[in-house]
Amino acid sequence: MTKKIKLSELGSLFGGLDIEALEGVRIEGDVELDLGQMGLNPQMAYALGHETAQMAFHLMNISRILGYPIDQMLGTAAQQKPVRPNKLIESKFGVARNEEWKTPIQEVVLGATSSDGGSRKSTVTLGGEVALPYYFDGPMPHRNHITMDVFDMPINMAKAVKSNYEDVINSPAEWAKKVVRDFGADMVTIHLISTDPNIKDTSPKDAAKTVEDVLQAVDVPIVIGGSGNPEKDPAVLEKAAEAAEGERCLLASASLNLDYARIAEAAKKYNHVVLSWTQLEINAQKELNRKLMKQCGVARENIIMDPTTAALGYGLDYAYTNMERIRLAGLSGDMELNFPMSSGTTNAWGARESWMVSSPLKEDSDWGPREYRGPIWEIITGLTLSLAGNDLFMMMHPTAVQVLKEITQTLYGSKETEPMNIENWVSAVI
Amino acid sequence: MKLNSPLQVYKYLPQINCAECGDATCMAFGAHLIDRSKKLEDCPPILKDGYKKKYMELQTLLAPEIRQVTIGEGEHAKKIGGDDIIYRHQLTFFNPTAFAYDVWDTMPEQELVDRVNKISNFRKFYVGKFLKVEMVAVRCVSGDTMKFTGAVKKVAETTKLPMVLCSFDPAALRAALEIVKDRRPLIYAATEKNWGEVAELALKYKVPVVLFSPDLDTLKSLAVTFQEMGLKDLVLDPGTYPQGKQLKESFERFVKLRRAGIKEGQKDIAYPIMSVPMNAWLVYKDTVTASYWETVLASVFIVRYADIMILHSLEPYAMLPEVHLRDTIYTDPRTPVKVAPGVNEVGSPTKDSPVIITTNFALTYYTVESDLSSNKINCYLAAVDTDGIGVEASVAGGQLTAAKINDTFQKASFDLKEKTTHSTLILPGLAARLQGDVEDVTGLRVMIGPPDSGRIPGWMEKNWPPKQK
Repeated sequence: MTKKIKLSELGSLFGGLDIEALEGVRIEGDVELDLGQMGLNPQMAYALGHETAQMAFHLMNISRILGYPIDQMLGTAAQQKPVRPNKLIESKFGVARNEEWKTPIQEVVLGATSSDGGSRKSTVTLGGEVALPYYFDGPMPHRNHITMDVFDMPINMAKAVKSNYEDVINSPAEWAKKVVRDFGADMVTIHLISTDPNIKDTSPKDAAKTVEDVLQAVDVPIVIGGSGNPEKDPAVLEKAAEAAEGERCLLASASLNLDYARIAEAAKKYNHVVLSWTQLEINAQKELNRKLMKQCGVARENIIMDPTTAALGYGLDYAYTNMERIRLAGLSGDMELNFPMSSGTTNAWGARESWMVSSPLKEDSDWGPREYRGPIWEIITGLTLSLAGNDLFMMMHPTAVQVLKEITQTLYGSKETEPMNIENWVSAVI
Repeated sequence: MKLNSPLQVYKYLPQINCAECGDATCMAFGAHLIDRSKKLEDCPPILKDGYKKKYMELQTLLAPEIRQVTIGEGEHAKKIGGDDIIYRHQLTFFNPTAFAYDVWDTMPEQELVDRVNKISNFRKFYVGKFLKVEMVAVRCVSGDTMKFTGAVKKVAETTKLPMVLCSFDPAALRAALEIVKDRRPLIYAATEKNWGEVAELALKYKVPVVLFSPDLDTLKSLAVTFQEMGLKDLVLDPGTYPQGKQLKESFERFVKLRRAGIKEGQKDIAYPIMSVPMNAWLVYKDTVTASYWETVLASVFIVRYADIMILHSLEPYAMLPEVHLRDTIYTDPRTPVKVAPGVNEVGSPTKDSPVIITTNFALTYYTVESDLSSNKINCYLAAVDTDGIGVEASVAGGQLTAAKINDTFQKASFDLKEKTTHSTLILPGLAARLQGDVEDVTGLRVMIGPPDSGRIPGWMEKNWPPKQK
């Protein structure tokens, strides 16, 4: 007599039992595997695989008990003894490119040469990425760039920073020359902080003069930064934009808490690019970009975003994830977020670890010399954000600029070195 | 993990809503299993015999995509790997990158002991806890098995931290394992050349093992072969070249391995990954330059998927950014970061010093604190418990209120009438609308500070000390 049973029944029949011997049992005919109406999604398949593997295991035990040479049939894999292959099991590694990234980041050109109505010798192009930075999924068309800070009046700076600028601190033009000539800045940011009513309340006209001086002093593209005072900045940036007409400067910044339309208007009228600045909030960034495009009519190729940089140890986790989400959204097709990004990396100097002589806490291990802590704080803050997709870095310390350039350009692929062997690190004398 | 909704998990749970896990329902518990805030073992009923099958099944289905590997024994044991995502906003990364600092067997004994102590004693206070480093890697530089075992023994006597034993010579590894086999060290490394003997050691001593090859086909072949031999606690080192195109390619290998392991579910390579930023020292000899570059390499691979790394520089300017960046990347983005509520001193306040209010959102608090201390403003800074929400949002959302502010001072037993000459509070500019309420509830004078703490110095010049009424 032949009774047909399904594998699952057999599995549940023997599953809970610790079978040592089976007596008077005969298995004949086909074993039917009932896959019936189950849709085979990967998770189901996995669960099912687990289920059938268990059943197969019970069946094998039965076979073994019945004297069938199951182990020979299965080869080495099912033997009790540990497997000892005498050569490596050859295997090929492969991984797919990311198919979700279909939308490139907008390309934005900063600076204009004489043929485009400006007076810059060179321009800087940001954006154009089709993947996360340095990934193998697609080419990264432009390297990261660095714009170095210049202020229109002496300001408080960490000692390690200040020592580099003492000779030029009273002249924005000389300061600008120095960062380009000596420190390899790709661009210069002139911060018009003296215009703040709470600082010196200098006039927009004075600010415009400072911008003209800087444009005279250097031939790289420039960023024009206000004082951060939301009432005064629109008037200051407007006047500065007029003075720099045609130069495709980056106007920093339009934000939701000031009259961004006025800044957008100045950018359109005098041919500049708008920095769209929001504070660590992806939806606010979308909203501002949308307003700049739809409400103010700023062209896509004239927008760069600053989603805010918080220093290492002081909110970099938010800044990092916010930027990474913005970049992923942009690559995945969000046309309100696929713009190049800029970081106020100088914020790293706000971290006490970057400037304080020693730890205020006696329980801390020695913090060591601050001269070395400061620049690395700026480097790591910038580097982390470069991995999240940031394109342009506003920086201050020359060593930080140099090291960040070295690592970002290495990952970008433009640094050639002799190939080397690393295996000997284990026994290296260092 | 293979399940992605509480409902899917619920099917395997006892469904009796006994609440022994601390959740009211099995469905709620299921949600915690999905977001990994609870473990299956938190459910007592499922551990009983009747549920054994479901327990086993669920355990498999809930297992993280990247295998979790334990190094070390006892309370210092460290888990690495165990991740389920490739971007931190998708959930959170688990098991922060383990930092193993090297010692070597040609060091004079006292130097070795000092270095190990320096590693195990390192700490940096941050948001209510200490950031530390957790492993010691012993390198066989001498090529002499006796010397190597001597160093391993000394390290084991000096610290309980987990160890990484580094040598490509199976005989040296075997001798060292004989000494510290009870400590579950990680052994480094099996390669295309020595894999057979190293696999035997991993089997015999039941220790986790690193597989090394910068060629991903070879690396996968090693992993597949080791799995076939029954070894599952594997760590992959795809090579960390310190410069040039080779570094770019190293970066790409880390990204490829992790994408294959998590996004494509390739079990054969779904293991923790090791990086060796120490390789910076193979190209730079000057301490500052090498330490800087090592920190740069470490940072790249903390962000992109290293689960464990070998480091050399104990310079504070290398270690501080490294431990902070690791904390940055591994902080759970689902919970707002908070500081302990209370009234804290900034600098050395006197009775004439201002009392400034802010929230207990760590980012806000530390920003304000650093603005005050960097400008040498001696004051009291009150962190009001707003559930870790910033000023503007907590005023709007009702977490920052006059009652909460009053409560903060009462709990801290801080009586302004006694501790200050001015009985004045300074509210953040963004909380200006609370002024009347706070005056009513506390009976104190309330001033409105600037909307950005960066402006406090200028504000102080104009407004402090307050004019007598």
